Amino acid sequence: MPTAAAYLITAALLLGSAGSSDSGESIGGTLNHEGQPVAGVTITVSLSDRAVGSAESAADGTWEIPVRGPGVYQVEIDVASLPEGLALRDPDRSVLTAVEVQAGQHKAVVFPMGERQAEQSAAITRLLNLVAKGLTYGAIVALASVGLSLIFSVTGLINFAHGEVVTFGAVIAWLLNASPAGPRLHVLWAVLPALALTGFMGAGLERGLFRPLRRRRTGNVALIVVSIGLSLFLRHIYLLFLGGAPRAYEQYAVQAQQSWGPISLPPKDVMILVVALAALVGVGLMLQRTRLGTEMRAVADNKDLAEASGINVDRVILHTWVLGATLAGLGGILLGITQTVQWDMGFVLLLTMFAAVVLGGIGTAYGAALGGLIIGVATETSTFWLPVEFKVVVALGVLILVLLVRPQGLFGLKERVG
Amino acid sequence: MNDEPRRRLAGIAPRPGAPKPDPILIVEGTSRAFGGLRAVDVEWLEVERGAITALIGPNGAGKTTLFNVLTGFDRADAGTWTFDGVPLRGRRAHQVARAGMIRTFQLTKALARLTVLENMLLAVPGQRGERFTGALARTWRGQESRNRRRAQLLLDRFGLSPMSGQFAGTLSGGQRKLLEMARSLMADPRLLMLDEPMAGVNPALRRSLLDHIEEIRNEGATVVFIEHDMDVVMGISDWVVVMAQGRVIAEGPPAVVGRDPVVIDAYLGRGAKADR
Amino acid sequence: MDLLRILTDSLRAAVGVSAAAYALAAAGLNVHFGYTGLLNFGHVAFMMMGAYGTAVTVDQGGPLWLGLLVGVAAAALLGLLLGIPTLRLRADYLAIVTIATAEILRLVARSHTAEPLTRGVFGIQQFADPFYALNPIPLGRYGFGSFNFSHRQLWVVLVGWAVVALVLLLLTALMRSPWGRVLRAIREDEDAARSLGKNVFAYKIQSLVLGGVIGSLAGVLLAVDTQAVNPDTFVSILTFYAYTVLILGGAGRILAPIVGALVFWFLLQLSDGLLRGAVEAGWLGSLIEASDVAAIRFALVGLGLVLLMALRPQGILGSRQELLTDER
Repeated sequence: MPTAAAYLITAALLLGSAGSSDSGESIGGTLNHEGQPVAGVTITVSLSDRAVGSAESAADGTWEIPVRGPGVYQVEIDVASLPEGLALRDPDRSVLTAVEVQAGQHKAVVFPMGERQAEQSAAITRLLNLVAKGLTYGAIVALASVGLSLIFSVTGLINFAHGEVVTFGAVIAWLLNASPAGPRLHVLWAVLPALALTGFMGAGLERGLFRPLRRRRTGNVALIVVSIGLSLFLRHIYLLFLGGAPRAYEQYAVQAQQSWGPISLPPKDVMILVVALAALVGVGLMLQRTRLGTEMRAVADNKDLAEASGINVDRVILHTWVLGATLAGLGGILLGITQTVQWDMGFVLLLTMFAAVVLGGIGTAYGAALGGLIIGVATETSTFWLPVEFKVVVALGVLILVLLVRPQGLFGLKERVG
Repeated sequence: MNDEPRRRLAGIAPRPGAPKPDPILIVEGTSRAFGGLRAVDVEWLEVERGAITALIGPNGAGKTTLFNVLTGFDRADAGTWTFDGVPLRGRRAHQVARAGMIRTFQLTKALARLTVLENMLLAVPGQRGERFTGALARTWRGQESRNRRRAQLLLDRFGLSPMSGQFAGTLSGGQRKLLEMARSLMADPRLLMLDEPMAGVNPALRRSLLDHIEEIRNEGATVVFIEHDMDVVMGISDWVVVMAQGRVIAEGPPAVVGRDPVVIDAYLGRGAKADR
Repeated sequence: MDLLRILTDSLRAAVGVSAAAYALAAAGLNVHFGYTGLLNFGHVAFMMMGAYGTAVTVDQGGPLWLGLLVGVAAAALLGLLLGIPTLRLRADYLAIVTIATAEILRLVARSHTAEPLTRGVFGIQQFADPFYALNPIPLGRYGFGSFNFSHRQLWVVLVGWAVVALVLLLLTALMRSPWGRVLRAIREDEDAARSLGKNVFAYKIQSLVLGGVIGSLAGVLLAVDTQAVNPDTFVSILTFYAYTVLILGGAGRILAPIVGALVFWFLLQLSDGLLRGAVEAGWLGSLIEASDVAAIRFALVGLGLVLLMALRPQGILGSRQELLTDER
């Protein structure tokens, strides 16, 4: 995500120069791996083979070593102090020999991290790992997208603010978990209250905004524009409260990878995959077996007919919003665990969610879930052949391709589209 | 009342697929199915030029689908149809309209945020000002004035003159029906296909619409209209075509068709009355 | 809090280059959305075509005037490529396709792979000197009090608004013609237009290309003003700024882009000034800092858009009666 990278780099540069050194010069940086800070690593600065200073990277991954003046220094990272499973991306670059510091400069230095592979990565192994990674990410996308699809199928609204609901869940969980002003719950304990509040948010949006507008017979196009304004508003409220820097939950921030045969994943990713799939299965069962689920499907099929057969459409819509929001919030929390919590994390995900929903077939919950998984795997495995910067382009490309070739998606109905 | 068409059709055998003395439209083997359900399956149908032909049948008989297929709003699965000898299969809706086959819709499509006059002016074919380059060149003024005068005459005829500057969206349902009919006349139709022109119209207005339809026929256009109300059909049509389950089950002069046991069966057999 | 200063700053913003550029962008969007009913959420892509077309041409060694032509041509081409496969889609699906396309183009322009042409994340700078060389205005500042422009700024401002005026004159002629009437008919009901012999597809393409070309002029203006093009400028927010300007002015009205742009930029700068003033005067205590003002501004635009659609969707120039007859 370009925005994330920009923030990280900015934060790194800013934090790297945050130290107060008398003469004003220092060497510093931030160690992180895939968005997670790397703590407890020893770095030593030397000048002409004499040690000048050393430091240990803090909990947020930052480190700084003041130096006595401008010059050309040597910076060495103690590879032995790296946490289990992490290694330098380029093992030959553990010592930087020509780090030049100007007068008054706080020099930033980067040690890129990578994963230590047990054996030399064969193409197949790499591909399998990408698939695994893609499944995890895809499960998160699927969770969030199912909510989007359910809300659309029942109200006809494509909610451009859905990303902000995703972010809301992650942010509330963060406030409960890692915020210095908050109750500092373990992140797993923070999940339920965060989901409850996100569900509440969904209900609030429906009752307070979209239902009154529907009563006034506001057209679908106008409602979309409203959701866009809402998205803009919420996103920047989050920015105000959270700041621009990415945040991490207290737990699971950095985890060593475990290997299952050729596949190496941090255990949290497996947990996320299991939780997401369980939630998706739960939703599927709910739609098929419960009365609410049946009513939702009836309203989605034909609102007038459902109303005529006695279903309280407004109530169904409200429940759909609560369910959709809760799923989105869960997706947000899981995304926060696997990556970081940021003010625009949901917004960045929005177009990928659209791709998932369109691929699966707008208005079908199962479609959105499957679409999410496929998009996740497709975007991750695309990095095998394409540069990483094109990940989102792949998702968007799938979106456009589907709309051109088979607009109803994998499971959708043809009439809904053109 | 113009007797010509009825006299021409008097000698024609009243059976499905009956050939006509001077057909303007010939439909051959045309079918359209939706997921296994045959909506339209017309073996042979000829529409007599200059006559008023009613297309009737119980709900779901495929009448509107046939309209949609013939006018390019839907695709046929098989078959062909010719309009004045010109094959129209595969032509898109606007091309069919340009050829002179103009249709109206069951749910009136008055262009709400255009004025009544603008609705009328829109319908005129061959406007220079409707091309991008023509619009810029401003040479369309002359045509526009002439069209305006013609539109006013038609609006007078249909009693819509007082509203000519109003948004069409402010018109009542009945007035919209009138507007749609007047508008379609502006398009110089050779064949006018009216889809349930009387639907939802009060009895007083109904008479007025029927008169207009007869006038249109008397001026030389051919009219085909879909209708449920048998009284209406009896009073005005020169010929009646009955559809049921996608097929043409009967054809003939109104009186003959009204007595046809096959027709009565089709209506009663579905539980639907022949008139409402 | 210097209220006079804040007001003159707001006035300055209202008639400045950004306002003129957004008037152009909104004018293009008016053709798409206001007149034809096309829900184009990727309008920023047309702006990007104009800006990058100009900058890349100059960067590759071409003259500025050629860059302008390339920018406009690129936007026209985009309109065609975008329209041909997608115009049969429903409105909200068209919205998604257009927003996705705009983002793809931005990400590609940003990529390392495209660097030889677009210079990736760094973008292109200092390509518009020939434009400034044409400036006939003598050196100096013009205006009164704190409401003043340098001779360079004034040149861009005058040219910008002149282009706006020309475009609106063109659109007036077009929209009052039978061609414009067909567009509006398509907006109301496509099938009705088809049933009267209008080639709806062709008209939609023409609308898309025309509005896109006008949008590209907005991009050129912005690029020439800042003498910089950068992929991170052309994010989707810009499309929604243009929508806000258009809807505020009154979608479907010729003058909506000007009215909307003037009011929008005035209010934006005003809120910015008032907030900063309040922060400096200490009225908001520790609640809000100066660095928060930008975020608050964006939040206000979002809130404004919601309120606008909920309370006065016909905008400033639109009539409530016409709104009530909207049956879409």
